Amino acid sequence: MADLSADRFTYTLDSSLESVNKVEHTAEELARKAGLDENVVFQVAMAVREAAVNAVLHGNAYDVQKKITASFENTGASLIIRISDQGDGLCSSTANDPRAPENLLKGSGRGIFLIRSFMDEVHFKQLHPGTELTLIKNFASAQTGT
Amino acid sequence: MSMKIHTRQVDGVAVLDLSGRITLGEGSVQLRDTVRDLSSKGSRHILLNLAEVSYIDSSGLGELISAFTTVRNQGGDLKLLKLTKNVQGLLQITKLVTIFDIQDDEAAAIRSFGK
Repeated sequence: MADLSADRFTYTLDSSLESVNKVEHTAEELARKAGLDENVVFQVAMAVREAAVNAVLHGNAYDVQKKITASFENTGASLIIRISDQGDGLCSSTANDPRAPENLLKGSGRGIFLIRSFMDEVHFKQLHPGTELTLIKNFASAQTGT
Repeated sequence: MSMKIHTRQVDGVAVLDLSGRITLGEGSVQLRDTVRDLSSKGSRHILLNLAEVSYIDSSGLGELISAFTTVRNQGGDLKLLKLTKNVQGLLQITKLVTIFDIQDDEAAAIRSFGK
């Protein structure tokens, strides 16, 4: 179990739904410990969950040989969460807007949109192999509810 | 917390009382199977009571849409009842409020199916 009092810690986890839940709960605890209000805690936890689902489901495709890595950092001004997988890579730029009329009834394609909606910064980095998502929530924006 | 579904019939409407989380691997499949089963047995009016649903992720949203289209394709209708604040916010930000008929009062929701 990670020490939530540390400024930065990292998990390396199996490609499983248990890992998704663990990463989500860690983000939730970290955001709450940082003093963010419950609405922002919900948003951070959900964004991190969606990133972990992407890594496990779309990145590693539940491959037991592949791991996901989740690192959490409280800089004092922001929370920085990095989630990486060992899959074939995720192309974020081609993600369609799920709010477009032609996409509203589609059953998937909302994960990246929710991540971008709930975090202040989202960065994609191509690894070899895999993809790393960096999610940043600034405390200043969280105080103003943006 | 895994999701639980309790199904009851009220004036020809199948009311599904859901509780817990609707997420990938926790409730999504259960919801899909329950709605498909009801639909295949002839239920045309389905009301999902989400008052006790604390959390829905993007997979859960997808299952709500799948349930909606399954029932609509059979000539029926599926509506949502009593959303929590977080779930309401999710449906707003994703514009799914434009798809679903969302009700706050069960009796009014039952009547709104207009059998």
